[in-house]
Amino acid sequence: MGYGKLIGKVASNFGKGLGKNAFSLVGFENGTYAYNTANGVTLTKTDDGYELAQTQTHHTIEGRNLLREASLDEYIKNPSAGNNDHAHIISLWEEHDSKGHKWGMAIDMNACTGCGACVVSCSAENNVPVVGRKEILNSREMHWIRIDRYYSFKNLATGKPSTKEKEYNDKNNKIDFEHVTVMHQPMMCQHCGHAPCETVCPVLATVHSSEGLNQMAYNRCVGTRYCANNCPYKVRRFNWFKYRENDQFDFHFNNDLGRMVINPDVTVRSRGVMEKCSFCVQRIQASKLKAKIENRKMVDGDVKTACQQSCPADALVFGDMNDPNSEISKLFKNERKYVLLEEYNVQPSVGYMTKIRNVNEPIAGEQKAPAKHDEKHEEHKAAEHAHS
Amino acid sequence: MSYESPIRDLLVTGGKTYSDITKDITRPIENKPSKAWWLGFGLSSIVLAIWIFSTTYTMLVGLGAWGLNKTVGWAFDITNFVFWVGIGHAGTLISAVLLLFRQKWRMSINRSAEAMTIFAVLCAASFILSHMGRPWVAYWPIPLPNAFGSLWVNFNSPLVWDVFAISTYFSVSLVFWYVGLIPDIATVRDRATTKARKFWYGFFAMGWNGSTKVWHRYEVISLILAAISTPLVLSVHSIVSMDFATSLVPGWHTTIFPPYFVAGAIFSGFGMVLTLLVVAREVLNYKDYITSEHLDAMCRVVMLTGTLVGLAYITEFFVAAYSGVEYEQYAFLNRAFGPYGWSYWIMMGCNLVAPQVFWSKWARTTPWFIFIMSIIVNIGMWFERFVIIVTSLHRDFLPSSWSMYTPTIVEFSILLGSFGLFFFLFFLFMKFLPSINMSELKSIVKTKHALELEKHYTELLNNNHKMPQHAHETKGDSVHGH
Repeated sequence: MGYGKLIGKVASNFGKGLGKNAFSLVGFENGTYAYNTANGVTLTKTDDGYELAQTQTHHTIEGRNLLREASLDEYIKNPSAGNNDHAHIISLWEEHDSKGHKWGMAIDMNACTGCGACVVSCSAENNVPVVGRKEILNSREMHWIRIDRYYSFKNLATGKPSTKEKEYNDKNNKIDFEHVTVMHQPMMCQHCGHAPCETVCPVLATVHSSEGLNQMAYNRCVGTRYCANNCPYKVRRFNWFKYRENDQFDFHFNNDLGRMVINPDVTVRSRGVMEKCSFCVQRIQASKLKAKIENRKMVDGDVKTACQQSCPADALVFGDMNDPNSEISKLFKNERKYVLLEEYNVQPSVGYMTKIRNVNEPIAGEQKAPAKHDEKHEEHKAAEHAHS
Repeated sequence: MSYESPIRDLLVTGGKTYSDITKDITRPIENKPSKAWWLGFGLSSIVLAIWIFSTTYTMLVGLGAWGLNKTVGWAFDITNFVFWVGIGHAGTLISAVLLLFRQKWRMSINRSAEAMTIFAVLCAASFILSHMGRPWVAYWPIPLPNAFGSLWVNFNSPLVWDVFAISTYFSVSLVFWYVGLIPDIATVRDRATTKARKFWYGFFAMGWNGSTKVWHRYEVISLILAAISTPLVLSVHSIVSMDFATSLVPGWHTTIFPPYFVAGAIFSGFGMVLTLLVVAREVLNYKDYITSEHLDAMCRVVMLTGTLVGLAYITEFFVAAYSGVEYEQYAFLNRAFGPYGWSYWIMMGCNLVAPQVFWSKWARTTPWFIFIMSIIVNIGMWFERFVIIVTSLHRDFLPSSWSMYTPTIVEFSILLGSFGLFFFLFFLFMKFLPSINMSELKSIVKTKHALELEKHYTELLNNNHKMPQHAHETKGDSVHGH
């Protein structure tokens, strides 16, 4: 239970002290494992507490219009069901040039099962430090991609899903806690066109590339953390300590064997600098170089990010938004595509696809078909209706 | 019989003459320090040592020594920074703005208020340095010509504006303070009985000879520096507030911040001046110079600015409700009723409610009570910055990233230690520099000649029941402030 590790030298080095071995509680009976038949094991209730190290400590979306979903029937009737609430945007900023490539990612929330393979492969690809239980309890995990997981329960009085924790605590509300609905939302740097992090950095350590990437120059960063504060998606990660060659963080940056796993194409970051998802810029550069050597233009699918590569459900699609025939360009024209916090006009390069559930009752609710600005008010109401 | 209504009580009491002033103010410099001074200085040195230790520790192991996390990137560090910058504001207000408005009551307190400004800005600067992930490259936000290629700073960033604002503020305040000190340093030089004192005070007096010419230049440069400093009272804290106002964090993204921060800064600055002066007038026996009239005037400023910030707190709530932005609305509800709600109510209680006691004359003139109030004001203003920074950051747009912040012992030590740094410098100042502006003060006490004239006319009045008109003028001009 919890990675209880017993055997193997490498494993004991790497995971020592993690978890407990629960097999002594388990007996083998009639060809199956059973938990209540172990020899002379008794369970006693204690007053001791054990704090669980979690990377996410708030579990509901609080009625915010960031998760969009519809039922299958609604989707068949109207492919943009649940996704009609679009902001009317006026920009005060000059647009960036977007000649050449413009990288983006489409995330299909319908396909994502929340397995976490993307988190693992990203950490391996990008030399993301392992920080351990204590630092997770301090909310200091270093992951560049995470799976946001939100629960909701049905309010039996209204028959609608309730996503506000305050309502759960109110004893007057009858909430059906037996049946949970879960929503997974992979979250990484959104590579905003108008990135809030870029304007606030005093030393231009985070800047916009000509290919639409939001880039970090680690060796220019002085560590004010202003960028992380101003990031509405909270995807920036700060090196609170020196995570390599440090006895406090004896994971895999400390021994020769562990260091052999470090990806040589990615800088190992020093103490005091900010880091975040780079859209695997090292892979983009390698693909460009390869295409150049082969004397051809890059084609769609040349670059696969680590998270995309390891996603068993193909929920993540990376590509060039300036290429009209690329898969991502097609997905971005899909009626299900939306971006988070569109009304803030930060212009994310990551688009999400509405989750379609195969359920009987309507999820998106009454919606007016294609968005028009003069109908905004009603649409907003409808969307609120759907998500509250 | 004529009756003259007193506009203001005497600014300097006890019938002090020119020589009394010189003797009183140079007393701490020319004599061995008192036991009270040693006690205070010793205590602040110990606390300073805590500051040195905890700051060095942070710089050695990294910012992980603090309680910050992926969601709350600033907390005690920037709270303390804004707190100390705010405290500095009263000094500039008293020395520059009140000079331009010819408020003569400022004369006994401006020197120590200016010293307070400089030391407070130093404390604030220490937090800019220690909050950085890589403090050894702290000079990078300064637009210096460099060997890194075409690297330049980001002029869009409010942190770069901060660099300009704080460094300008510090240098102007320092020059203003020093220029004001020159005539008094020369007085100490002229009275010096030891060689060292003669040399050092002679060095810093920069050849002051008391001639009409140097006095004239002194007056002119004082006015020019006051004119340069005055916009700084408004600009520095406006720019500090833009660190928050120009961001998009709900709870920070508010246009009301610049005036609200300036009012808060003056509020906290006067709170700190009161804390210092109530103690100083006891310890140094300066009750004739820092009279209850001074305390009264400062308490009025505290009450006014406290009410202004209270108005701003309420306005923020209205604007959040009126904006229709759910993130803003949540941020403010969370601020007052969320997990950090207790800090919001401390802020409200200390900054809006508590200063209302200064409607009472008794409260404005009772030193021990003012001292308690001044501490309450400073606690309230520290919490104001904590509330703005932490409650806004810990729950922003995506609930998945919501988190709590708990400070560590290291952060508490640095906060406590910064007071050690401040008082260490302040005690040195009280020992080695004239803590009240002697030369200016002499312009508002009765001269020996004026006293004789007054006596003469009083006799005439008693004899004839008639008083020539110009006696009023003499009295009005030289005895009373305006």
